[in-house]
Amino acid sequence: MSDPSRITPSPSVATHDLGGAPRFRCAPVERDEAPPGAFGKRVDALRQLLSQKQLLTVDELRRGIEAIPADDYFSLSYYERWLRSITALMIEKGIVTEEELR
Amino acid sequence: MTAPGDAGFAPGSIVRVRNDWPERSGPCHVRTPHYLRGRSGTVQRLLGRFPNPEDLAFGRPAPSRALYHVLFEQPPVWQEGRPGDELLVEVFEHWLEPAGAESRAATGAAS
Repeated sequence: MSDPSRITPSPSVATHDLGGAPRFRCAPVERDEAPPGAFGKRVDALRQLLSQKQLLTVDELRRGIEAIPADDYFSLSYYERWLRSITALMIEKGIVTEEELR
Repeated sequence: MTAPGDAGFAPGSIVRVRNDWPERSGPCHVRTPHYLRGRSGTVQRLLGRFPNPEDLAFGRPAPSRALYHVLFEQPPVWQEGRPGDELLVEVFEHWLEPAGAESRAATGAAS
């Protein structure tokens, strides 16, 4: 029969795959309609430049965001997640090295 | 890459979501919700063909795949709800396999 443990996503499931997770049950939807601040605009500018140079697509950006471990994901702001994903993707592609980012 | 599996499911077809967990074998991007893996449902309609997001997420060439609305009984999925409660989810064809009518009764017995 059904295994109740299936309700809780295993750690190997990506952060976006949270349907049915008890921690989000009946939680109000967070509505943050505020326009991006200076930091968010800079991150988005970086994303646009990398897209123009064909080093990054929004689909890759999304994958990088979902790959952030859940604890980090929920402690980062919206554009901090973008920057974390962009950084990981540029390292993954060999565009920059970790040493260069220190 | 797995075979495209262009079976072309007609509305009303009973299908089973592959009980597959690519997350366990390395980086991937999967749109099929974890809670549906191994579960059976009924195809409602073809939504169209779209570039496979599993490839797009890695900047790879992304052949178009058929996307369906598939209807599931909700109570067996989350062990809650009333008979007749339903879940309607978009699932790509390469995640679906034909399931006989007899498996419909076993919808809640996955895994």
